[in-house]
Amino acid sequence: MTAPEVQDYVGFDTITQQMERKFLKRGFNLNVILVGESGMGKSTLVNSIFSTHLVDSQGRRTAQEVIRKTTEILPVTQTLDENGVRVRLTIIDTPGFGDQCNNEGCWVQVIKYIKDQHAAYLERELKPQRDRIINDTRVHACLYFLNPGSRGLRPLDVEVLKRLTEVTNVIPVIAKSDSMTLDERTLFKRRVKEEMSFHRISVYPYSSEDDDDEDRMLNASIRELVPFAVVGSEETIDVDDKPVRGRRHGWGVINIFDETHCDFVHLRNFMLRTHLSDLVEVTAQRHYEQFRTSQLRQIKELRAQQAAAAAAGGGGGSGSSQPPVGPLPHQPMAQV
Amino acid sequence: MAPSAPSIASNMSSRAITPRPSSYRYKSEKRGMTYNIMLVGQSGLGRRTFLNTLCEREVIPPTEAPNPDTANVADPMKFDTYEVNLEEEGTRINLKVIDAAGFGDGLDNTSCFKQLQDYIEAQFDEVLVEESRIKRNRRYRDHRLHVLIYFIAPTGHSLRELDVELIRRLGEYVNIIPVIGRADSLTVDELATFKQNVMRDIDFYKLPVYNFCWDESDSDALKENREIMDFIPFSVVTCDEVIDNEYGSVRVRRYPWGTIEIDDESQCDFVLLRYILLNSHIADLINYTEDVLYENYRTKKLEVGGFAEGEDEEEDDEAGDESHAASTKKQE
Repeated sequence: MTAPEVQDYVGFDTITQQMERKFLKRGFNLNVILVGESGMGKSTLVNSIFSTHLVDSQGRRTAQEVIRKTTEILPVTQTLDENGVRVRLTIIDTPGFGDQCNNEGCWVQVIKYIKDQHAAYLERELKPQRDRIINDTRVHACLYFLNPGSRGLRPLDVEVLKRLTEVTNVIPVIAKSDSMTLDERTLFKRRVKEEMSFHRISVYPYSSEDDDDEDRMLNASIRELVPFAVVGSEETIDVDDKPVRGRRHGWGVINIFDETHCDFVHLRNFMLRTHLSDLVEVTAQRHYEQFRTSQLRQIKELRAQQAAAAAAGGGGGSGSSQPPVGPLPHQPMAQV
Repeated sequence: MAPSAPSIASNMSSRAITPRPSSYRYKSEKRGMTYNIMLVGQSGLGRRTFLNTLCEREVIPPTEAPNPDTANVADPMKFDTYEVNLEEEGTRINLKVIDAAGFGDGLDNTSCFKQLQDYIEAQFDEVLVEESRIKRNRRYRDHRLHVLIYFIAPTGHSLRELDVELIRRLGEYVNIIPVIGRADSLTVDELATFKQNVMRDIDFYKLPVYNFCWDESDSDALKENREIMDFIPFSVVTCDEVIDNEYGSVRVRRYPWGTIEIDDESQCDFVLLRYILLNSHIADLINYTEDVLYENYRTKKLEVGGFAEGEDEEEDDEAGDESHAASTKKQE
């Protein structure tokens, strides 16, 4: 039986505009973490994507600066406004990652930070009196920077990607792809995809049953491009009196917006124009939910153990009153 | 800003292989000079293509696509050896190149330095033993390392811990010439800044890179050598394909936005580096290795070993054989 046709105009289709107004008033949070060795072009790329100087490169440029021995976590928040839409953008840089002779465990601080944000959100959610709108510091996307020129994934990449993809949406990129010829890029992308598939590393975007044909096609075309071979630039160069955002080499000028030069436009469109709300949603529905489930299970088990211990020790009394929610098994660090 | 390359190269090419006051060169010209180079650097910086471009032929074939399951297992560092006979401006060179494949590619790379040091010392030990033999082998092939080309990643920032440690630990055993691999990822300005930063680090950490000006007695060469030092680290881009244009065959790397010519000195230092390595400074590098680096090692080794001057030759031989066996083992 088909749905009854609405005869007069009722007007519930204005809900999209109502939602938009609410959304515009509220603004939204977007948190992106950058993971990669120093010198991979992380800061330049993120500044290029948002067309704003958001972060300073943390690379060591003077001899007096000490060589970092550990991975640091450096979040920087700025509010951007575009046509009345406000975004509280937090870029989390990870200087020191992968920069030492011995990189064992250099990912620990990164994974911990991401989990801490999930934990902080969960804690606020579980409060008896919780905020109407919880400030979302959860990491919505992780740009993982691959080394151009390597055969494919390096041992460090495999270790880190396995762990990162379990807690957040990972988007692999090659930021300084201007030293790779087109053939080298194609080969590299193919190898990386093979290796990721072999190690069961699943990067964003994920497929879901809700996808319609359009979504599937779009996601398929994105997956073709992964890892995105991009070039970042904060400079504008004059080429035949036309301003070009790019890099000037002795043998030519790279225009980062030229699709034949690099995938920058595709990456930007993907992240901001087509999948932005999906990144936020998937973080909440997939990564956060997984975290939440495992945390609450642990709490339940803890309670069961405590109850069993109480019953065994105290004897008699029915364990009627539920023990208060103890500290979460995963301790969040001090609020960022 | 670096001095313009062409003037250096053209000055040098007009000198050709200046017969330095070393009989070594005259004697070896007939047999072919023994010359051992080691290439060290993380994978992806163009070591292998560098060798092919240097020798103007495919010495190392492109590697087979690795199986996906080997991606997370770093091969331990190994020494792949290649022998090439070159002829440079009339001089025959028996070139041996050792590629330290796997350096810096694992999660924990701290053992790489000791491995490299052991390798270099093993070559010194062999010579030490050979020198002390009662009956020496006239056809003995010297495997001492004359130069180590170290590939730095083009980060645009400064040296990394790996770079500092390598130069610091090995500089007393071998002549280290730092180069920037994949230098075509840097613009002209970025390259100049990067070179400056690297040189500042080298000064600050007192890193023992090869000092081109070690021989202060030759005042003509000294001026040129000072100019050469301004190029360090040398920017290297390696050849992808050879195309024909109106000037003949040109070695290039082709991008959608332009084509870089490897042999164009205004675009990278490859030509200059090649000339230094295989022509103008080959004698210097060999002499420094033999007269200074090896001698220092020898002195240290003999002092530590407790060998007084004029020890029993047989005893020397025994100890020599032991250390030779140990060094051969190390090489594996």
